[in-house]
Amino acid sequence: MGGYDDELTRPLEGALEASTSEGPTSPAVGRDEWVARHGDNRARRGGPLGALEERLRVVPWWAWLTLLVAIACLVPVAFDSGYVRRVAFDIVIYMLLALGLNVVVGWGGLLDLGYVAFYGIGAYAYALLSSDHYGVHLPTIVTIPLVVMIGAVAGLLVGLPSRRLTGDYLAIVTLFFLQLFLTIGTNGDDLFGHNVTGGANGLLKIDPLGFFGRDLPATTGGGVFNVAYLYVVLAAFVVVFVALRFVNLSRTGRAWRSLREDPLAAEVMGMPVNWLKLMSFAFGAAIAALSGTFVAALNSSVFPLSFSFPLLIIVYTMVILGGSGSQAGVVIGAILIGILLELLRDPGDSRVLFYSVIVLGLVAALRLSIRLTAVLGGLFVFGVALHSIAGAVDDSWVNGSGGAGGGVADFMANWVVVPTEPAAWIAPVSYVTLVAMALFLTLLRGWVRLVVLVPVLYLAAFVWENVMLAKPEPTRYIILGVILIALMILRPSGLLGEKRVEII
Amino acid sequence: MPVAEKLLDLQGVSMAFGGLKVIDGLDLHVDEGEIVSVIGPNGAGKTTLFNLVTGVYQPTEGDIVFAGSSIKGLEPHQITRRGIARTFQTLRLFLNMTVRENVMAAAYGHTKAGVFRSMLRTRGMRQEEREIRELAEKRLAFFGERLMGYRWDQPAYSLSYANRRRLEIARATATNPRMLLLDEPAAGMNPKETQEITELIAKLRTDAGYTILVIEHDMHVVEGISDRVVALDHGIKIAEGTFEQVATSPKVVEAYLGTGGMARK
Repeated sequence: MGGYDDELTRPLEGALEASTSEGPTSPAVGRDEWVARHGDNRARRGGPLGALEERLRVVPWWAWLTLLVAIACLVPVAFDSGYVRRVAFDIVIYMLLALGLNVVVGWGGLLDLGYVAFYGIGAYAYALLSSDHYGVHLPTIVTIPLVVMIGAVAGLLVGLPSRRLTGDYLAIVTLFFLQLFLTIGTNGDDLFGHNVTGGANGLLKIDPLGFFGRDLPATTGGGVFNVAYLYVVLAAFVVVFVALRFVNLSRTGRAWRSLREDPLAAEVMGMPVNWLKLMSFAFGAAIAALSGTFVAALNSSVFPLSFSFPLLIIVYTMVILGGSGSQAGVVIGAILIGILLELLRDPGDSRVLFYSVIVLGLVAALRLSIRLTAVLGGLFVFGVALHSIAGAVDDSWVNGSGGAGGGVADFMANWVVVPTEPAAWIAPVSYVTLVAMALFLTLLRGWVRLVVLVPVLYLAAFVWENVMLAKPEPTRYIILGVILIALMILRPSGLLGEKRVEII
Repeated sequence: MPVAEKLLDLQGVSMAFGGLKVIDGLDLHVDEGEIVSVIGPNGAGKTTLFNLVTGVYQPTEGDIVFAGSSIKGLEPHQITRRGIARTFQTLRLFLNMTVRENVMAAAYGHTKAGVFRSMLRTRGMRQEEREIRELAEKRLAFFGERLMGYRWDQPAYSLSYANRRRLEIARATATNPRMLLLDEPAAGMNPKETQEITELIAKLRTDAGYTILVIEHDMHVVEGISDRVVALDHGIKIAEGTFEQVATSPKVVEAYLGTGGMARK
C-alpha cells in the first residue's frame, strides 16, 4: 500500500521539489509528508467515535492501569457474593497468564504450545514446597521467588530446542512438552517407586499464602472466598504489567520485537537471537509459574488436568482476541473472555448473550435500514408461523422449551420449535445443516442472501435451543470459536493490536 | 592510495553447498578506508561472499581475518560487534517497528543495560536509553531530510522503496561498525536516487570514516565510488584493479556477454 506511493506520485515531484527538498521556504506539510500520512488519515475514524478515539489515545498508559485496578478493587465493595469475587480472582489470573504468553508469542514471535505446563509447574512447585507431602513448609516470601526461578529455568530448558526450531516445529515440540507434563502429573504417584505428584488425585492440603508470619486463609467463615487473595493477585498483576512495560521499552524489548520481525536481520545487527529467544521463553514461563502459586494456595490443591489443553486454548484466545503484542490488548482480551466464559455457564445468561450477539451482528452488518427491518420482521413472522403450524400438528412438538423464565425465554418458547422429546437424529442433522447453510450463505449476494438469511438465523436459534443449551460445556468452546472467526474477519490484528504487515 | 593496513582479509576461502562450489579459493582484501566494489553476473557468489564475512555461512575452507584476528567460526552477532555491518539485497527491515526503533534496535551490541535494570528503570539505564535515542537520530540525520522529523515515528513499512534502502544503511551504521558491507544499495532506484546514493556512499567514507565493500550492478555507481573493483564469476576472482582495468578485461566481458554464442557448436 504505502510502499510505492513515491513512485505513483512522481509526476508531482518536479512541481513540488523546489519547495520540499531545498531551503528554508519548505512548507510545513510537504508532498512526501502528505503521502506518508495518508494511511494514518484514512485509518482514523470520522464522527464522534473517531473523535473519542483520538481523545482516548492521549491518556497515558499508567492512567488506564490505575483505572483498571480501581475498578477491580471496587468489585469486592460492590459485590458481597463470594462467587463474584472468586470470578474476579480468576480473571486476574487469566490476565497474568495472557501477559506472560504475550512475551513469548506477541514479542518473541515464538509459537509456544506448552505454555500452560509452566503454570502447572508453578502450582506443583508451590505445592511441594508448602504442604505435608514432603513436610516442607517454606514461608511464602521465600517460596514465590523460588517458584518463579523454577519456572524460568524450566522455560530455559524447554526453550533450548528453539535454538534450532522455529514455527511449526517449535510448536509441536512444546506441545509434546505439555503432554509430557500431563503424563508425569497423572502418573507421578509412582515415579520409580516415589510418590512425587500425587497422580490423578493431585496434591492436597497445601498451605495458604502467608506474609510476615500471618497466614492468609483461602476461605473465611464457611467456605467463602477470602477477598485478600484478590488483592494479592492484583498487586502481582500491577508489578508484572509495569515490569514488562519497562522491559518492552528497553533494548531487550526492541530486540525481541526485532527477532519477531526478522530473526536473521536481528542476528546480523548484533542481537544474540538464540539467547533472546531463551530469555523470552523464561520470562513467559516465570510469569505463568507465578500465577500457578496463587491458584495452588487458594485452592489448597493441585490436579494435573487443570493445566490441560482447554486452558491453553483459552489463554491463546485471550491473546489473539486482544491483539498479540499489545499489553493492554491482551489484558482486555483476558477480561472479556473471562467474563464471557462465566456468563456462558448459566443457560439463562447465555441465551440472552446469544440472541443479543445475533441482533447486534445484524445491526452492524445491515446498519439501521429497511433491510434490517425486513430481516427482523421476516424472522419474527417466519418463527411464529412455523411455531403455530408445528403446534397445530402436535402439541408435543413445541412444548419442550423449559428452563429459566424471563422475557427472552418466554418469547423463545412461543417462537422456536422445541419438541418435548427430540428424536436422536435432530441434533446432528440440524447442526450439520446449519453449518452447510451458513457456508452456502457466503456464496449468495444481494436480496437472495437476505431471503436465505431468515431461515438460517431461525435454524441457528433452533440449534441453540435444542442442541447447545442441552450441553453447556462444548457450547462455550463453540461460541469462543465463532467469536474468533468473526474477529478474524472484522479485526485480523485483534482488538488493540497494531495492524501488521508481512512483506510489501 | 597510500599503503594501508588490511582491514578485511579473506585467505583462500571456499564455500560449498554439497557438491556445488559457490566460492572457490577466493583471496580478497579491503584496506582501511578503502571502497571496494564486487561485480559479477547473477549467481557469481557475491551475496554468498557477504554471508561468509558476516558469519551467516561458515566457509568450508580458508580463513577470514578482520582487524588482525580471525573471525571464522564466530556467530553473526559477535562479528557485528567486532565492527562489520551489512545491508541486505532483499531488504530485511523490521517492518512493523518505527523508523527510529529500527535504528535503535541495532545499538543492542554496544549497549549493556540488562533486563533487571530495565525493569527498575535505573538511572544508568535511562541515561543509556537517551544515548541510544540520540545515536539513532544522529544516524538518521545523516540522510538529510529524507528520513527526518515525522518519519521517525512511522512504521518502516510506510517508507518508499528508496527510503527503505536508506533506512537499512542507517540501521547498519547504528551498530557502530568500522566496515560496511552494502549489498546492491542502488537496486530498484531511479537515476536521480542512484545519483544520490552514489554521493552518499562517498560521504559515508569521507564524513563517517567507514571502510566499504559494496556489491553493485549499476556500473555508473561502481565507476563513481570504487577505489578498486573485484569481478567474480562462478565463485572465482576473474579480475581485480581499477574500474577501467576490470571493465575492459576480456574475462569480465566474457563472463557478462559469453564467448560469442554463434561460435559454439
